Amino acid sequence: MTPQITAFCHIKKNQVFLNGKSIFSAGPEVDMREFVKAAFRNTGTKYPKFFKMDDYSKLGFLAAEVLMKEVDVSTIEAKSTGIVLSNNHSTLTTDQLFQESIQSDESFFPSPSVFVYTLPNIMAGEIAIRHHFTGENAFFVSSAFDPDWHTFYINQLFDSKKISACLSGWVEMDDQSLDAFVYFVEKGNDLRNESMLHTVEELNNLYKINDK
Amino acid sequence: MAVRFVSSNIISSLGFSTEENFQNLLQAKIGIQSIDDPLLYPTPFLAACIHQAELEKRWIETNQKEVAASRLEKMLILSITEALSKTKIDISSSRTAILLSTTKGNIDLLNPIESIDPERLLLWKLGEFIGHYYGNPNPVRVISIACISGVLAINTAAMMLKGERYDHIIVVGGDLVTRFVVSGFMSFLSLSETPCKPFDRDRDGLSLGEAAGTLILEKTSFPEKGDILFSGGATANDANHISGPSRTAEGSVIAIQNAMTEAGFAAKDIDHINAHGTATRYNDDMESIAIQRLGLSESPVNSFKGSWGHTLGAAGIIETTALIESMKANTILPTAGFHSPGTTENLIVTKKPLSKPLNTCLKLASGFGGCNAALVLNKM
Repeated sequence: MTPQITAFCHIKKNQVFLNGKSIFSAGPEVDMREFVKAAFRNTGTKYPKFFKMDDYSKLGFLAAEVLMKEVDVSTIEAKSTGIVLSNNHSTLTTDQLFQESIQSDESFFPSPSVFVYTLPNIMAGEIAIRHHFTGENAFFVSSAFDPDWHTFYINQLFDSKKISACLSGWVEMDDQSLDAFVYFVEKGNDLRNESMLHTVEELNNLYKINDK
Repeated sequence: MAVRFVSSNIISSLGFSTEENFQNLLQAKIGIQSIDDPLLYPTPFLAACIHQAELEKRWIETNQKEVAASRLEKMLILSITEALSKTKIDISSSRTAILLSTTKGNIDLLNPIESIDPERLLLWKLGEFIGHYYGNPNPVRVISIACISGVLAINTAAMMLKGERYDHIIVVGGDLVTRFVVSGFMSFLSLSETPCKPFDRDRDGLSLGEAAGTLILEKTSFPEKGDILFSGGATANDANHISGPSRTAEGSVIAIQNAMTEAGFAAKDIDHINAHGTATRYNDDMESIAIQRLGLSESPVNSFKGSWGHTLGAAGIIETTALIESMKANTILPTAGFHSPGTTENLIVTKKPLSKPLNTCLKLASGFGGCNAALVLNKM
């Protein structure tokens, strides 16, 4: 049975959408990094470690936080919940920040707390810690969000019984803009009313649902 | 339907082919040396680097199209080309796909190099460049998940072959010793002052290395006696800490269990384990706990990090390649740098080559972000 998407969250252009509906926004004059912090405060979650993360991890962590408030965690098995994410720029903005600290011998101050965030899956690790997800992990880098690949890869993980649920999506950020689309996918279940199937067509629809 | 390994290549501090590297590992040779290059780090440091003059010589011989390539791109292309030359596989076929495993790719292009498109700093652009070089029509999938990238790339290749679309997957991986990576690990105080000593009582950190590696996987309905097959693989997260492993080895245990379940083997079937074995105190203790918890303590363990250093995105590929060669030769390779046991749980770590029938073996990897991976190989 095809797995089902049970919730999805978009963050872009200073707006947060949950299941297609805007739940938080700020004007275009607000810096996108400040917006992410404000949106996190708005979730009501107390998690001081959030503010120590790099900008990229903050974005993914926020998207997961908004998403997981919508998921009935009593019905999922965290031990077999996976995290499969992708993006375009890997961690380029944080890479540039780290590079500045090592560019010259005169001002050579590499920081371990910056370096650790120069791997894109650190964001997945932060989400795993917060939600106790110990299932499959993968991180792919591609030019654009690829519903074809996401459905193939994740549905295979369900088929082989390696996961019972998965937090998945596209978390992208460069100097100029950000674009997060994360969704939760669970084993197919006839009893569920809203049946958004984890198919290429459905993912394409959901990814573009807030494009106006 | 089975998935078998049909060809490979390793380019590292210990040579430019799988055979040359295997012979050097067999003798426990150490590629880690002192490097005094202020462009890489202000003071001398240890790392296992690829022989630069030999790399350039081989590149000029191979690069008939006279394409301008970065150092990493030269390594990746040389590696694929050599692995491919031992097969009849058509890399330009739509039935062949390429998977790239790397953590930092062309990170040295943060300082642009003349004649190289700076966009190839982007990992998918690097993948695209490799695909275009060979005229391959499929998107080159890029896997970047810290130090488990290589093992996950192999697992992903096997998964792709179970679908309908492909007959062959070329898994290629690589990473460089750069100022970026050396400074980062130095800032973490995780580099050893001597060539690293995996699983040793006196281990005090890792050594970095650079490498490129290629493994070619093929779908077959008729595996032959002696073929090395992919029989299972999995990943898992510790959900515990972003820069240190779990003290209970949680993620590693789950990954190994799931890989063994998929492969259909039990602990008693595992003849040998090639561990991640970075030679940091925490990693090697964690692996000893995972191995003990799963009842695998009787299986001899080794690590190649003492020879090649930690080669990041290449590690899972070149280490699995060496494991495949070990299985063919029924010889467990030694662990360079290991002298005296000293992990939380007891392990049988090989100091010298050990002859033993090797039918079913396990490969492990773990990385920053709490990620862990395992795969199981089986000989027909």
